[in-house]
Amino acid sequence: MIDAPAIRTHDLAKRYGDITALAGLTMTIPRGDIFGFLGPNGAGKTTAVKLLLGLVAPTSGEGEILGASIGDRDSRRRIGYLPELFRYQSWLTSREVLALHCELAGIDRAAWPRETEDALAVVGLADRATSRVGTFSKGMQQRLGLGVALLGAPDLVILDEPTSALDPVGRHDVREIIRALADRGTTVFLNSHLLTEVEQVCRRVAIVDRGRVVAEGTLDELLGGDSVRVRATGLAREQRAALARFGQLDDEGEWLVVRGIRAESIPDLVAEIVRAGGRVYAVEPRHESLEDRFLTLLGQRH
Amino acid sequence: MTLALAIARLQLQELLRRRLFLALLVLTAAVIALTTWGFSRIPTLGSPGRPISTTEIAAVASQLLILVMFMFSFVLAFSAVFAGAPAISSEVESGISLALLARPITRTEYVVGKWLGLVATILFYAIPAASFQMLFVRLVVSYTPPRPIEFLAFVIGEAVVIATLALLLSTRLAGMVGGVATLIAWGAAWMAGIVGGVGAFFDNATLTHVGTASKLLLPTDGLWRGAVWSLEPASIIAGARAAGPAAAGNPFFAPDAPPTAYLLWCVLWIAAVLALAVWSFSRREV
Repeated sequence: MIDAPAIRTHDLAKRYGDITALAGLTMTIPRGDIFGFLGPNGAGKTTAVKLLLGLVAPTSGEGEILGASIGDRDSRRRIGYLPELFRYQSWLTSREVLALHCELAGIDRAAWPRETEDALAVVGLADRATSRVGTFSKGMQQRLGLGVALLGAPDLVILDEPTSALDPVGRHDVREIIRALADRGTTVFLNSHLLTEVEQVCRRVAIVDRGRVVAEGTLDELLGGDSVRVRATGLAREQRAALARFGQLDDEGEWLVVRGIRAESIPDLVAEIVRAGGRVYAVEPRHESLEDRFLTLLGQRH
Repeated sequence: MTLALAIARLQLQELLRRRLFLALLVLTAAVIALTTWGFSRIPTLGSPGRPISTTEIAAVASQLLILVMFMFSFVLAFSAVFAGAPAISSEVESGISLALLARPITRTEYVVGKWLGLVATILFYAIPAASFQMLFVRLVVSYTPPRPIEFLAFVIGEAVVIATLALLLSTRLAGMVGGVATLIAWGAAWMAGIVGGVGAFFDNATLTHVGTASKLLLPTDGLWRGAVWSLEPASIIAGARAAGPAAAGNPFFAPDAPPTAYLLWCVLWIAAVLALAVWSFSRREV
């Protein structure tokens, strides 16, 4: 099942009584992708992750991870997971926690020392290998959790809000780790509400809100290119409407917003306005950020 | 099932590394030292005109040892509750279980591992503590209870029963709630044992049935009676028998060893409650 996608779900849903935590999640994530799963707090992101890992049972629907049904024991050998609520045994040292997870993941005992030392080095805890986890700050525990998720070179790494407790340096480190994982072909499922993070590392994203996926695709598809705001006077309504051939037009009276316009077409747009007798006061090219798109999508629903 | 052993080792490691276990060991050592001093005073109980006889020393020592060992079993039962009641619930509440259970480990392995860890902890504490207590009593008053191995088996069995019940509740209830519920059940079973004894004395079928039912529902008191029986010299049993059924209500006396069928029932009970714990946790969403 090498060719099977990393994750495939069909109408995966979870309800707790009258509350719908996740309503029919259908998605396919190919191998080697860095996939961002975005949504506001309470959108159902963590529920989706727990369903994928078999930690909670779906109310309906089905899913496959690495070609096997959700919860399959063998496929869990090839998954690394950093939970959102990350806590590790406070009475163990960080090296002992990693060794424990080597054992649970079924990694050959001879490889444990190398695996644990590598993980400690990658997450920057090499000098705290013999410190008890109970003495760690939240950020250090999150780094340890990331190290745990990297053990045994998993095919799929699921990171649930991996930078929630980290400082800017830590966040940068995590982005580097994610890129390194992708370089060696590991699929990364990144659950986050930090849009700039996702924008910097993910190739594809899904935006989830109130338990439903409201948009999914590559960043380019989702953001739909650039936009420009032009302040112009002296144009009749029909003349303004004719500018729609440059992109999706938002007519706000004096201000015109054209979305999805390529940067090189902006002078043509301005020339067209002038030719029609308009007077141009301002031209503001804008690059739409994921945050803009996210807020637009959520704004339409709330 | 090797992953169950990994979880068991982790559970044992946790209990050994936490201060609770160290405190228990220090307090137990202090209690053993104090009681040994107490036992060493028994030979001085006689008056100058009438020194205490060897038989009398043995009789007093045997009764005193039963009381000391009741306290020991009480501490052991409490410790089993404190270790068992949060064993699973605390890991679910804190989130430790998320990273563990996402690994290729089954819920059965996890629960059985926890149980094995608890049993190992009980053995780790009970065997040396009770052995040293009996050894020191032997050294100071030359008294050895008639069946020390059986005694150990009975008190350990009682602690395992309690730990298993606490673990079952831990699959669904918070540690504090499960712990209190287990202790109430244990206390109620002890009281029901006395009620059953009173029923036997007055030949009252209802009260006797209460005692019998409680011994089947939660076999802690039944096993405690076995522990008492193991500590009683033949002379005490003969004396109490002569006194008739009045002694049956006394929770510190047992005229007979528990029948083999009852011991089998206890083993079955533990296996069934552990299976119930596995079933319950398999359906728990973390």
